[in-house]
Amino acid sequence: MPISRFKSFRGTAILLLWLISATVFAQLNIEIFGGGASRIPVAIVPFADEGRLSQSITPVISADLTRTGLFRLIDPAGSTPHAPVEVVYSDWANRGANALVIGRVIHLSSGQVEIQFRVMDVATKSQLTGLSLTVPATQLRTAAHRIADVIYEALTGDVGVFSTRIAYVLKRGNKYALQVADADGYNAQSIIEYTEPIISPAWSPDGNQLAYVSFEDKKPVVYVQALTTRERRAVASFKGSNSAPAWSPDGKKLAVVLTGQGGSQIFLVNVDGSGLQRLSKSPGIDTEPSFSPDGRYILFTSDRGGSPQIYRMPITSSESSNAERLTFEGNYNVSPDYSQDGKSFTFIHRHNGQFNVAVQEIGSRQMQILTSSKFDESPSFAPNGKMILYATEINGHGILSAVSRDGQTRQHLTVQTGDIREPAWGPLPKWK
Amino acid sequence: MKKLLSIAMIVLLSACASQTTQPDGDEMAGTGDGMSGSELMGSESGRPSYFNQLNDPSNILSQRSVYYDYDSYTVKGEYRELVLAHARFLRDNPSASVILQGNTDDRGSREYNLALGQRRADSVRNMMTLAGARDVQIESVSLGEEKPRAYGSGETAWSQNRRTDIVYRGE
Repeated sequence: MPISRFKSFRGTAILLLWLISATVFAQLNIEIFGGGASRIPVAIVPFADEGRLSQSITPVISADLTRTGLFRLIDPAGSTPHAPVEVVYSDWANRGANALVIGRVIHLSSGQVEIQFRVMDVATKSQLTGLSLTVPATQLRTAAHRIADVIYEALTGDVGVFSTRIAYVLKRGNKYALQVADADGYNAQSIIEYTEPIISPAWSPDGNQLAYVSFEDKKPVVYVQALTTRERRAVASFKGSNSAPAWSPDGKKLAVVLTGQGGSQIFLVNVDGSGLQRLSKSPGIDTEPSFSPDGRYILFTSDRGGSPQIYRMPITSSESSNAERLTFEGNYNVSPDYSQDGKSFTFIHRHNGQFNVAVQEIGSRQMQILTSSKFDESPSFAPNGKMILYATEINGHGILSAVSRDGQTRQHLTVQTGDIREPAWGPLPKWK
Repeated sequence: MKKLLSIAMIVLLSACASQTTQPDGDEMAGTGDGMSGSELMGSESGRPSYFNQLNDPSNILSQRSVYYDYDSYTVKGEYRELVLAHARFLRDNPSASVILQGNTDDRGSREYNLALGQRRADSVRNMMTLAGARDVQIESVSLGEEKPRAYGSGETAWSQNRRTDIVYRGE
């Protein structure tokens, strides 16, 4: 199916990889567009003895790296070094690999698993990095994501996001579940389940809490819930509608949209529900706030100019009427999300009846459309700014998809059945 | 908050009990007879008896949905009588209260649609308060695209979902 779907892309070479996980019968398909001359060629040799594990390590690493669009995986067929002395560098140079990942798995008597791996530089015939991890046999995917992070960081100099988590809403029948999963869609857990809709999950900056909107009380109310204790409280339950929570970077406040004072307007409220303060003042709709990483600005959607467009306002209340319009192409630009460096934002842009993920540089106002599907929603930047997670639709079903920042690589995360929507990419784990 | 509300309700109820509401015959035409004083008399089920009136299929008050044109928030002429009838009912039954739920079709951002649905609910609220219903009796909220009446895409489904529902509390 994906082959015919993307055949229409003019002049782009298409590489389709099917990576089938050993334990879960889900298919992850990764679609890569463009020539890929700039991709780093890397060979990942299956680790010694990983076949005995309930979950092989290297397929997870390969999928993680491929999804970024920054790597070209070199087939290691026929050669299986596991230690530096076993590496014939000329062979890997002939295959076009710049880097080589080798390793082994040691089954400890405690039942735990030790994974040793090294990243070798083919040109200099030296080790770039290496690490040994010991994990319970139940955390092999977690270990694989950490290894992928180390490889990514060694080869790109950038921080890896494979050990992060995502939140989204899963609708099955008339049930709604707020779920948290690994960044690749696996290890999903329900945080809360309802028979009424849930929308707009938002991660606290420390990754310990989620804010979201629940309709369990016949109207939208903003809740904050702790992930470990599952304890939750209503932080915005004012007369009218309460929605669109966004955390301030210090985790102390939430921007929310309230309607009690007329229209839909952006307010600030402390995480405990106190200290309500109005931020936006317009006769129209102001919604979907997103904080700049330095906490000084808020991006939001407003129809004050006649159509929904993205604006930026300073957080200081004296200046908040002082909003600057950022989007000018088309008559429907919504759902902004700041990149972690504060220099760009991702959003949904409508054109020719399609809703697509776009990015725009704040300085140059340069806009780029990254997707070509019909109904994309809720784009959310990875914490390193290199990928964007979003919701899209295939055959009438909501699924999650990730696109690289340059639009060259897309992957559907189709791990679960049901309608998946409203994704939010979580922060980096604390040890990063 | 809940405590405050219940105190407010008690104050409101005692205020009603001591006042004699004299319905204006002319204006009550849409709501049937002068039942305005009846809201304190619980029916056998413990519900205020005005619900009989609200649920009588021959009464315009049994109609609870206002539909809109695409991208519009204006209450169309054909729904004016319906909204005004509910407004008069609220005016004459001060202990009755409603939640107005605005809805949209499912195209576009969920949060933006929530704001659009709010605008629809607010349009009904404004019409009602102008016609004598009091602010405290009305809460206008939005369900956005989250509670469609009709599923699927296409104008038939979409037109069913562009609406405001009038829901009486206690129903």
